[in-house]
Amino acid sequence: MSETAEATGWTGAEQMEVLTFELNGELFALEAVAVQEIMDLAPETVVPGAGAFAGAVINFRGKVIPLSDLRVAFAMERGEPTIDSRIVVIEIDLDGEPTLVGLRTDKVHEVTTLARADAEAPPSVGMRWRPEFIQCLVKRDGEFIVVPALQTLFNQQHDARQSTASATRH
Amino acid sequence: MNEAIAIFQVEARENLELIEQGLLDLLDRPEDRDLVDAVFRGLHTLKGSGAMFGFDALAGFTHHCETAFDRVRKGEVAATTDLVSAVLAARDHMRQLLEDPSGDHGAAGDALLADLERAVREADGAAAPETPKAGATTWRVKFELPADAFRNGANPLALLNELRDLGEACVVVDTSRVPPLSRMEPTDLHLGWTVTLTTEHGRSAIEDVFIFVMDEMTLSIEAVDAEAAAPQEALQAAPQDAPVQAAAEPAQAPVSAAKPAAVAPAAPAAEPAEAGGAKAAKAAESVRVPADRLDELMDRVGELVIAQSRLSQIAAGGTDVALRAVSEEIERLSGELRDTMMVLRMVPVSTLFGRFRRLVHDLARETGKAIELSTDGESTEIDKTVIERLADPLVHLIRNAADHGLETAEDRAAAGKPATGRIRLSAHQSGGEVVITIRDDGRGIDRDRVRAKAESQGLIEPGAAISDHDLLQMIFHPGFSTAAAVTNLSGRGVGMDVVKRTIEGLRGSIDIASRPGEGSEVSLRIPLTLAIIDGLLVRVGHGRYVIPLDAVEECLELSLDEDLRSRGRSFISLRNSLVPFLRLREMFDTGTPPELHQKVVVVSTGAERIGLVVDQIIGDHQTVIKSMSKLHSGLPTFSGATILGDGGVALILDVGHLVAKGQQQEAQMREAV
Repeated sequence: MSETAEATGWTGAEQMEVLTFELNGELFALEAVAVQEIMDLAPETVVPGAGAFAGAVINFRGKVIPLSDLRVAFAMERGEPTIDSRIVVIEIDLDGEPTLVGLRTDKVHEVTTLARADAEAPPSVGMRWRPEFIQCLVKRDGEFIVVPALQTLFNQQHDARQSTASATRH
Repeated sequence: MNEAIAIFQVEARENLELIEQGLLDLLDRPEDRDLVDAVFRGLHTLKGSGAMFGFDALAGFTHHCETAFDRVRKGEVAATTDLVSAVLAARDHMRQLLEDPSGDHGAAGDALLADLERAVREADGAAAPETPKAGATTWRVKFELPADAFRNGANPLALLNELRDLGEACVVVDTSRVPPLSRMEPTDLHLGWTVTLTTEHGRSAIEDVFIFVMDEMTLSIEAVDAEAAAPQEALQAAPQDAPVQAAAEPAQAPVSAAKPAAVAPAAPAAEPAEAGGAKAAKAAESVRVPADRLDELMDRVGELVIAQSRLSQIAAGGTDVALRAVSEEIERLSGELRDTMMVLRMVPVSTLFGRFRRLVHDLARETGKAIELSTDGESTEIDKTVIERLADPLVHLIRNAADHGLETAEDRAAAGKPATGRIRLSAHQSGGEVVITIRDDGRGIDRDRVRAKAESQGLIEPGAAISDHDLLQMIFHPGFSTAAAVTNLSGRGVGMDVVKRTIEGLRGSIDIASRPGEGSEVSLRIPLTLAIIDGLLVRVGHGRYVIPLDAVEECLELSLDEDLRSRGRSFISLRNSLVPFLRLREMFDTGTPPELHQKVVVVSTGAERIGLVVDQIIGDHQTVIKSMSKLHSGLPTFSGATILGDGGVALILDVGHLVAKGQQQEAQMREAV
């Protein structure tokens, strides 16, 4: 089992408590401990020049936090918000600084437990998503749940931002 | 106990600051007895409290300095510049002993003491005439310490011994305040003493014994007739009480003379007439609060202001008169709360300027130049966080002025200037900004050298025409230094760019002016606070943005005609001068059609100005600044964000960046023409 742990990027406990949600018909899961709050859609403020991945900010309890769209990272079509759309606020680590970020979701499902035994590494071929953005795929009831590698995702966006910003400045 | 040590360290640091200020003042006014006394008191307190908290090295070292300085205080030696400088150096050593008590500083300390010793010896000749010694006088000294004196580390026995050292003393204990055994708190002190002292020393020598406990105690010293001061009279009272007292006392500690007493109905502190009274009351007026708690409070107040403005909107939209009344009341209260909060965070720049006197003193000694620092507007207040971040840039600028700006005494004489170079540091408030200027009367910036350097670094084309102002700006480029030789102080070419960056990081700006032969002046414009700004709320497309109000010069209407006419060039003429403008709608790619009546907001930083074309001007808006997350920190267009009354978010425009961008655009247009 330990060799699959290596491959799947799932380290630590045998089981993981997650929040599952839907994006463009795909099922995603986030570690439940990272989730701060699930909120209804809030008025968004577009940040010109910020790019599509984190293109807006929202007011979350008196703080201004970025609102990011995983669909951009996974090259999904961006549909209009529906009555089920929610924002999941999570805390991630950016440059050693805990940062609150809102994630757009089409629908939030439930908090559930995933077992490491069901995890698989993302296939290196035959997938339209970039493998480094996926921590692992977990099989459940005949379908796959995607556990995105959020830390990698955000750090990459952050680094890209920094480099373009400094490039335009000089 | 660790907490107590931390408090001691904080207080000792402040004490060392005061000692330093006192010594620096003493350089200017060596005759000032009050200063001498203040410094001596500082040293004495440091020694005593250091010993009390186990800083033995500090206490020991300070003791030697105190002893040396005591001779100044007694008027035996004069406070010469060398002597004061030696004490200043010793003060730095004390600071080290305070911060790192376990380190090995013995050798350094001995060297400093040797210097001090020498300085004292040299000053000995220059001594002020000895104050005539009075003949022996008899004093009656009555004193009582507060009930908690033991817990604060006071030792009455030591005080009594010190009194005995002064002369012939007869000590009588006053046990009248000792309560019955059942009500006695064994750790409290409720004895008083009457000492009949015959001594050649004056009143001040007696007061000095109590210097340490003076603030909390009650003390009376009166001269008595030698014969009437019959020790026996005092003695009479003693035997009466003593046996009773002995019976009432619990297990004897060696501190037998000073013994517990009870909760006397009259609190010792309630004696305003006594010397300590006023001082104690003053100390109670200020409370030390950790800065992060203030920040937290600031956040809460910010959120309250936001919630309040939402409430106001709801109330204004409804018909409920009572709700509106309450809402207005809350609006007033939260406004006042915010103002109070802001004041809490403000500190006078004197806390900053004070540090530079020492710097200039050291610089003068290092460079061998005579330098005089004058300061102005020290009561101007700025946000605490801003003050802290200003310290390093200012140190750098002052070093520059002393090292590069001011000439040597010979050069000054040759130029017909007074030998002493002057550096003037001033601060004043101007609208929402504080302007700090550093001016020297030195040689000024050598334009030819700046130009040569800029050309050699490829910053400007050889022989290119460049305005004087732009040329001077070159010194803010990284790695730019015109100093021929690198000195210990400056000239390494790191610095001015860092200074500029730091100031801009504070949303401030820096400007430099210089006249050859007459000196240079650097001005820093710093916003009063980093937490709140007054802004002009505008709309561009569907987005709302805040433009810092202090940068706004005026607002004009851009008619559709003019808009179309200016399409090719993006200039408007404003009272006969052409001002470049940026169409924010295009810059932000809003994808919306222009409004029929667009507005131009003319903003400026320093001498440069540009127009920002917006769709609508919504109005004034006082905003609590929220920083953007790291995901957006790379965007130079925005300096932050703010939450509006309806709960939405507006971005705050970075005017400095936009102006630079507008200037750039202007340059491109010129080239194209």
